[in-house]
Amino acid sequence: MYLIKRSLLVSIWFVLLTLPLLAVKVDTTNETLIWRWENMLYVAVSAFVLYMLWLLAMRWRSRQRRSEELAQPRVHNLYSTITDNKVIVGAFNLILLAILVLLPLLSSGYQINIWTTALIYVILGLGLNIVVGFAGQLVLGYAAFYAVGAYTFGLLHQNFGVGFWVALPCGAAVAGFFGILVSLPVIRLRGDYLAIVTLGFGEITRLVLENWIEVTNGPGGISNIPRPALFNLELSDTGTAVWVYYIVLLFMLIAFISLLRLKNSRVGRSWIAVSEDETASEVMGINTTWAKLTAFALSAVWAGIAGVLFATKTRFINPDSFTFMDSALFLCIVVLGGMGSVYGMLLGAFAIALLPEYLRAFSEYRMLLFGAAMVLMMIFRPQGLIPPKARQYRVSKLLGKEAQS
Amino acid sequence: MEKALEVSGLSISFGGLKAVSNMSLTVNKGEIVALIGPNGAGKTTFFNCVTGLYRPNSGTVRLNHPERGEIDLKGLAPHVITSLGLARTFQNIRLFSKMTVLENVMMGMHSRTKAGIFTALTGSRYARAEEQRIVDESYELLEFLNLQKLYKANAKSLPYGDQRRLEIARALAAAPLVLLLDEPAAGMNPHETLELKELVRQIRDRFKLSVLLIEHDMSMVMSLSDRVYVMEYGSPIADGKPADVSRDPAVIKAYLGEEYNA
Amino acid sequence: MDGFIELFLSGITRGSIYALIALGYTMVYGIIELINFAHGEIYMIGSFVALVVASLLGLAGFPMLGILCVAILVATLWSAAYGFTVEKMAYRPLRDASRLSPLISAIGMSVFLQNYISLAQTSDFQVFPYLIPEFEFLEPIAHILAPSAFLIIVTSLLVMLALSLFIKFTRLGKAMRATAQNRTMATLLGINPDTIISMTFIIGSALAAIGGVLIASHTGVTKFNIGFIAGIKAFTAAVLGGIGSIPGAMLGGFVLGLCESFGAGYISSDYEDVFAFAILILILLFRPSGLMGRAPVQKV
Repeated sequence: MYLIKRSLLVSIWFVLLTLPLLAVKVDTTNETLIWRWENMLYVAVSAFVLYMLWLLAMRWRSRQRRSEELAQPRVHNLYSTITDNKVIVGAFNLILLAILVLLPLLSSGYQINIWTTALIYVILGLGLNIVVGFAGQLVLGYAAFYAVGAYTFGLLHQNFGVGFWVALPCGAAVAGFFGILVSLPVIRLRGDYLAIVTLGFGEITRLVLENWIEVTNGPGGISNIPRPALFNLELSDTGTAVWVYYIVLLFMLIAFISLLRLKNSRVGRSWIAVSEDETASEVMGINTTWAKLTAFALSAVWAGIAGVLFATKTRFINPDSFTFMDSALFLCIVVLGGMGSVYGMLLGAFAIALLPEYLRAFSEYRMLLFGAAMVLMMIFRPQGLIPPKARQYRVSKLLGKEAQS
Repeated sequence: MEKALEVSGLSISFGGLKAVSNMSLTVNKGEIVALIGPNGAGKTTFFNCVTGLYRPNSGTVRLNHPERGEIDLKGLAPHVITSLGLARTFQNIRLFSKMTVLENVMMGMHSRTKAGIFTALTGSRYARAEEQRIVDESYELLEFLNLQKLYKANAKSLPYGDQRRLEIARALAAAPLVLLLDEPAAGMNPHETLELKELVRQIRDRFKLSVLLIEHDMSMVMSLSDRVYVMEYGSPIADGKPADVSRDPAVIKAYLGEEYNA
Repeated sequence: MDGFIELFLSGITRGSIYALIALGYTMVYGIIELINFAHGEIYMIGSFVALVVASLLGLAGFPMLGILCVAILVATLWSAAYGFTVEKMAYRPLRDASRLSPLISAIGMSVFLQNYISLAQTSDFQVFPYLIPEFEFLEPIAHILAPSAFLIIVTSLLVMLALSLFIKFTRLGKAMRATAQNRTMATLLGINPDTIISMTFIIGSALAAIGGVLIASHTGVTKFNIGFIAGIKAFTAAVLGGIGSIPGAMLGGFVLGLCESFGAGYISSDYEDVFAFAILILILLFRPSGLMGRAPVQKV
């Protein structure tokens, strides 16, 4: 009863809140108002239902927290049994890989394009996760490094006729250089200041691309960026799209495997330590400045590679692809998938890239929903959909004993 | 006796307030030295200066390194100081709470290991061997502290006393010449305190190191330490054998206040 | 000389707006140490609510000054309600979470609100009706100071004066200052921190809404994304003045407005926005405590 009463009140509150903006729409050209009372009904009903769900979810959340505080962490649950089993994980990896490899053979050119974008998003998610998820530094201008990669290719081609395979390492290097350049001054800043400074750098990059018309052609962008060649073969449009897809897949796999390796290495552990407690890390002998610098640089390198791949995929780039909304979208991939999680980036990127494409009704509201998703994830599942997994260590001494028992 | 760590004339002030002034202290090899004093005397600030977290205004911090002779640690970064042979614990436990018990100890070995980004990416044999070595060594350290059964557990799920001992294990993992313990017995019950006292002795004997500890538990200080330094308002007021220091009128005054002076 | 004065006045005009928004940032940061990314969106929502109200009243044939007053009032109320709701939903559940969580939640909220307006109203520029009456005494200097600019400067100065008095003398204002200094202590003294935080969001949002209405009637347009850039600039102003300091936010707003205005006038107007970001970055790097803030003590 209490639940219904509260929900009713909240429903009324939201109707009032949205009344001027959802019920009325100003048509200034004809100097009339468009009335949309039906929207108020939608708001009332959905606020009622959603608030009930919200209250239930809040209860679940506080229960969850209490049990976490009291009990020892559960060692055996279904999730960890599955993910600890090497055969299951191996089989899952193989199936996933097979699907991704066979995909272009089964789908149209349009589909291939979408999936190429999704894979580029995976690379971006993985790259951003190095600095956000591992090293704990909130970067809000990731699109700038992505832009640097794309424009490096675009400009090198436009001015020097450089092809894809030469541009790729150049894009990575230039983006990495920018990453170091940005990180050097900001590394000493506290978390939230660092976030806003990286946002500032991101916006400056976009504004420069937009206004430095002599070099970047401003909002007009750069077109006719070439696709990579395949042994001088003449490929059809779909053919090159498939070829680009496989190249992107290759780099996604490289990014994926290298992140898995880094995560369980001395460097990866030092990043995680820095993200948890900088002072304690320093005293443990970690050079925190160096740790953050490498995280920034490596993260930017992957953004640069993704940028070159993006440029060759779309063959046209302009500043509109590298706005704050894009940076927010990449952050959303990391938040959805799970900060510090490697497998999570697959899920996060696919959700961001594929849902709007396959659920047409969804596409109009996608940024609205992604914004809401970020808030809800932080409240109800801050560790992400696929939280990072604790690594299993094999102690030499115990190996014999465990075999016996 | 050979000196392990010698601090002389160390001072630091924050915005005009002298937190530590002209503090000198020596730790000899194999010694257990206690630093005591009322709350707010500047003991932890002194630790922070020695380990490089704060930059002292003046003074020297000399460490006797077996290979490199005397090194002045003042002005060096904390991570460099750790790699030269100072390791510490914190008064308010600062374990890495997202990591397991074993990983926390492995973090302590950071300064003694080398694998970088490229060895990790290529999965070189060197990196893998190093990784296995620190896993095994960390496990052995846990065995020494009797925490080995919990090596897979999350660090923050440990009971309080175990967390304190895990912090000691993490500091030991850096293979220090001098181990700095900041109130290791705080929050422990009498039984645990007794065990800890024994543990500190064992650590000194087994790892052949020197210990400098801040402690409030007087019974522990008196029976454990070879020498005691007393601080008040950021300055040293007495030092010497525990029995002598406990009879020093200045110390009694600092601890008990004016009226007990007679 | 006229050119200089014109740039000066235009700097003061935009500076007033930055100051109005910056106050919200600085008050919130002072109390819960959160960069409220959604604050710029509240300012934008203020302008849209005013647009709807003004069109409604305009069609009903109200007088211009009356429309302006009602539009500002309604926009202020609604924006305050939005600010209150945003805090309750997106920040309050994260009060004791790690530092990054509320920040990410704030970014999510900002993205959400921008797209909400873009879907509910329009994703294009929206013409804002001209609501400012002509002031006769401004005639001689009309070529360098538009009536709308005059109104912006006067209104924001009055609002800031009112806020300063409120913070200084009322019970609630004192409670806010106490909470900002030491939340635990304030709680022990019987101040409910949740109420204070809510009040901070309400007041900050109301100020931002006033700024939103004024700027929209000054420029004659509004758009769903005007809050983003304005928000960052106002945050810059808050940092410039020393985040957490209320007089600092006002000073920072004016300094930033003048820098931008002169930068655009004498250097290049293409890179107008770059100046603000550059100032933000420089100030954070070299004097993070701002012009009037205290240096934070790092605790180990």
